[in-house]
Amino acid sequence: MQIYLPIAEVSVNAFLLLGLGGLVGVLSGMFGVGGGFLSTPLLFFIGIPPAVAVATQATQIVASSISGVLAHLRRKTVDLRMGTVLLAGGLVGAGLGVFVFNYLKSLGQVDLLVRLCYVLFLGVVGALMFFESLRAIRRSRAAGGVPAPKRRQRNWVHVLPFKMRFRTSGLYISVIPPLLVGLAVGVLSAIMGVGGGFIMVPAMIYILGMPTKVVVGTSLFQIIFVSGFTTLLHATTNFTVDLALAVLLLIGGVIGAQIGTGIGLRMKAEQLRILLAMMVLVVCGKIALDLLLQPGELYSIDIVVGA
Amino acid sequence: MMRVILALFALMLASAPLRAEEVVMGLSQNRVSITANFDGSEILIFGAVKREKPLMADPLEVVIAVAGPSEPVTVRRKDRRAGIWVNNAAVEIDAAPSFYAVASSGPLAQVLRDTEDLRHKITIPRAIRSVGAPAEVGDSQKFTEALIRIREKAALYQTLEGAVEFREQTLFNTSIALPANLTEGAYATRIFLTRGGEVVAQYETAIEVDKVGLERFLYTLSREQPLVYGLMSLAIAIFAGWGASAGFTLLRQS
Repeated sequence: MQIYLPIAEVSVNAFLLLGLGGLVGVLSGMFGVGGGFLSTPLLFFIGIPPAVAVATQATQIVASSISGVLAHLRRKTVDLRMGTVLLAGGLVGAGLGVFVFNYLKSLGQVDLLVRLCYVLFLGVVGALMFFESLRAIRRSRAAGGVPAPKRRQRNWVHVLPFKMRFRTSGLYISVIPPLLVGLAVGVLSAIMGVGGGFIMVPAMIYILGMPTKVVVGTSLFQIIFVSGFTTLLHATTNFTVDLALAVLLLIGGVIGAQIGTGIGLRMKAEQLRILLAMMVLVVCGKIALDLLLQPGELYSIDIVVGA
Repeated sequence: MMRVILALFALMLASAPLRAEEVVMGLSQNRVSITANFDGSEILIFGAVKREKPLMADPLEVVIAVAGPSEPVTVRRKDRRAGIWVNNAAVEIDAAPSFYAVASSGPLAQVLRDTEDLRHKITIPRAIRSVGAPAEVGDSQKFTEALIRIREKAALYQTLEGAVEFREQTLFNTSIALPANLTEGAYATRIFLTRGGEVVAQYETAIEVDKVGLERFLYTLSREQPLVYGLMSLAIAIFAGWGASAGFTLLRQS
């Protein structure tokens, strides 16, 4: 069934969009990532104009994140206090990020910078997570099926002032690191046009030392607000949110998120992390290849908006 | 005074039949409505040559051009810089039709002379207006070629030589396939009669392409009330997220 999208002005298969939304939803529920880093390139691929794809999938991420958060809330795996602290940093960061983005735009080549950002962050985050999870799996195997001992990190995070108790995460740490993590992710997500889950999740695990099960729900909680903010910004400044596209994506997305949450809770934390790491690395490789290989069509067309 | 006017009027009437051949045409539809399940459309263009004089020796040919609304576009080219492919040179093209189809009763090179093509802007390269490229881009022609190549691949630009069926030097018809990814606007439809490459008669009309119903409503709302539209999008997203969660809870309990 073909459907004509009023803002994107293209006609696409409705079931393809439902499926795409569903796939992204499953990942979102499983890993606590918004899925923007995956769905944006996929939407480009099926012929949605980039500006519309970026803006619209922010709307879809809001829906699938809410669906996911509610599922996590029932299982009490959302650290609301930590989420709020991260969000406070995140909104300041998003504001800063928009400022940086506009500055880069005035220099030209913002497209290239976004791609390089993707390769760099996806590559580093993916590789770090992959090797860490691999070690964790080996360790638990070596211990004869007994789960690996809980890591008790004592790094710089634990010596800063303004300590706060995060009961759900079982942490008693300073609020400065979560604020900084939120800020950094906010800046990056504004520049790269994603919710930032794939950076947030590892940062919460490895820098803040939060348990993996809590990380997913908390990350989703934070993503709802950042993506909602992005949606409004795109709708009012660029007019690029396509509601028909968003609805199709989010119907698939919300259902997928519920299924994904169920799958995620049944899997071991290390397996979950290694899967996410592999996916991040695949997307990173794809973007890197696009930059390194000679494209089939050297030319591209941009319609001048507002002229 | 009255006599002068009457005389002028008579002269005008007399001058009209000087155009020996005229085009009479019809469209299968002069309005294309883009609905939610719009999947492209086929337009049948037909007509006849009305003539007061007997048939001339040289055969007539028919050229039909359908053009979507024009808009400025930027064409960028990637170059290899430090090992990676980045957008480098860019050429702005002042006006390129969003859709363009030209159909003819014979090979365009024979049917239409270059000077006539230039005057009436009939073939695709002529329909694209590109005033000047920046001085540092030496081969701006390649950018226009790339634009045509990319849009031809998307069936947005079509050259249909020999697609016009022309019977007995009088009746003609052709069909133009409009792709699914159509933009709104008036699609100028022109018909040219040529003899020996010269345009001897022409006719112009427009096909209106409009969004209707829900498509129209969403589009208008997003442009005129962007904040309301944005909030509505968010509300739908929140409701859908909550709905799915509540639905699945019910499903598990039952």
